[in-house]
Amino acid sequence: MAKITLSNLAHSYISTPSQESHFALKEMNHVWQDGGAYALLGASGCGKTTLLNVISGLIRPSQGRVLFGERDVTNAPTAERNIAQVFQFPVVYDTMTVRENLAFPLRNRGMDAAYIAARVDKIAQMIGMEANLARKARGLTADAKQKISLGRGMVREDVNAILFDEPLTVIDPHMKWELRTQLKQLHRQFGHTMIYVTHDQTEALTCADKVVVMHEGRVVQMGTPQDLFERPEHTFVGYFIGSPGMNLMPARIEGNVAHVAGARVALSGFYGALQGQVQIGIRPEFVSLGDGRTGGLPARIRRIEDVGRHRILRAETPAGEISAILSETAPPLAGMTHLTFDPARISVFADDWRQSPSGSAVGKAA
Amino acid sequence: MEKTVNQKAWFLVLPVFLLVAFSAVIPLMTVVNYSVQDTFGDNAFFWAGLEWFEEMLSSDRLWSALGRQVIFSATILVIEVPLGIIIALNMPKKGGWSSFCLVMIALPLLIPWNVVGTIWQLFSRMDIGLLGSALLAMGVEVNPGKDPVAAWVLVVVMDVWHWTSLVALLCYAGLQSIPQAYYQAARIDQASRWSVFRYIELPKMGGVLLIAILLRFMDSFMIYTEPFVLTGGGPGSATTFLSIDLVKMAVGQFDLGPAAAFSIMYFLVILLVCWVFYTVMTTLDKQEER
Repeated sequence: MAKITLSNLAHSYISTPSQESHFALKEMNHVWQDGGAYALLGASGCGKTTLLNVISGLIRPSQGRVLFGERDVTNAPTAERNIAQVFQFPVVYDTMTVRENLAFPLRNRGMDAAYIAARVDKIAQMIGMEANLARKARGLTADAKQKISLGRGMVREDVNAILFDEPLTVIDPHMKWELRTQLKQLHRQFGHTMIYVTHDQTEALTCADKVVVMHEGRVVQMGTPQDLFERPEHTFVGYFIGSPGMNLMPARIEGNVAHVAGARVALSGFYGALQGQVQIGIRPEFVSLGDGRTGGLPARIRRIEDVGRHRILRAETPAGEISAILSETAPPLAGMTHLTFDPARISVFADDWRQSPSGSAVGKAA
Repeated sequence: MEKTVNQKAWFLVLPVFLLVAFSAVIPLMTVVNYSVQDTFGDNAFFWAGLEWFEEMLSSDRLWSALGRQVIFSATILVIEVPLGIIIALNMPKKGGWSSFCLVMIALPLLIPWNVVGTIWQLFSRMDIGLLGSALLAMGVEVNPGKDPVAAWVLVVVMDVWHWTSLVALLCYAGLQSIPQAYYQAARIDQASRWSVFRYIELPKMGGVLLIAILLRFMDSFMIYTEPFVLTGGGPGSATTFLSIDLVKMAVGQFDLGPAAAFSIMYFLVILLVCWVFYTVMTTLDKQEER
């Protein structure tokens, strides 16, 4: 086990990349702590799988280095890195039995038979396949096969890291929960570094201690689920995390006031002159309705979606469509013409990146 | 859903029935007809019963031709199948080179049988043939007209030259259908090259390989033109395979009765082998589903 360091790492699938858009992975520097559970989250095609394959050694990066602990493994083949990886679609050896499948990585490393048998039994129990150990893997269902793939990934105890590439895509929803919980339990038990690629935020937020959000080949934020929710570093994190995502509105900032489509929105801090395209963002959880007497953004309510625990309100405003989450105790909608935002919860972005206030508004505004 | 009964629908089958009858069933019945009759010419036929079949079954000629045929088919399968797999494994998987290799490999398949026979006939000649004269220069005399071993080797090498491509192309298609993740998983599992072949490539090629073996078996079992052009079935009857013998009997000697009986037995052997292959293939499929 080791911490994984990515140093000046970048990768392009084009042999002579000349511009930034040629890179599937833009230059990055990151340290993945030993024993951490990381979720790599992002839309399809953002470079998640590329990054994973660079770490596992299936792809050699165009530039930069990969370090396991202090050892530079950039040029080391996959086998030498001692890593386990589970792929999106089940990979099983059809002609082998389930038992042989699970034992395969151990046998290739020349472990002794008694150890292999014990280990295989343990893993089989964990993935719930004890009864099928003697069966050929060929005729099993897709989710049974994927469980074998998961099992094969976890069968070695001494791996540096286990990488999961959207492993639960083909699994039934109820089984997903169970496996996810097992993975988490396993992580606590053995303390392997775990990197879990997914485009499903629920999966990412429940599975990992730290979520790494990727967007267009870049790691835009690495943080706890709470960080991502409260302080998104990038507009992408804002609208990708959360359901519905963060509301973003073009704005002009003057000190502690944002002008949004002619309306004044109070901020909790003072901002200096901002360069580029300026936006403010507010999570639907912190948008409330008002009758206009306390100011706010004029809005026309388009529809209400009842999603069980709460209701989602969609409103048309001069600054675009805004979503709000209405709590159970929200006042009746009649007469509500404006939306107000909780100043402490407003994020300010310039050219999509989060800006911090230069001073606190508390006390000065009075 | 209720099915509507409409007996008139049978008429829709009629065209196919007529076509198959005209092109297959009636000609086959003509052969059956000849196989149970004898003639002394003048278009007068006599009932002969199973006489021709008995004669053919007890004839050394047929049995030795069948023996040669089986040895030939077995030999070329033993060479072409592994060779085809090796070629397929070593072909580039993508890029310009793979297209180039595919075209090069497919070339022999495009050459007509009799031309292949002629090419090898000339190629192996000791006076003007490149292969024959080169071997002669090395002190090896290749004389398929006199030496049965040389004739056999030439016929087998010619078939390998002509048809290994088919096996290679089919295997290549099978290999191309393996998702990259399998190879990646194997690398992560530290599988050896042999294990990758044994547990990933071979099982995934299984289906196409079976078809390749079936096609090559049927084709080689019915081979006629190439050895006929190359050796004429000689020296003596060393390379006289079933088809060559059959044509000699039917067209050369005009022994229609025995030739017809021979044809029918030949046909039954091929039918039997097809059935065995079919059964094996379907059982394998069933196993897969289970």
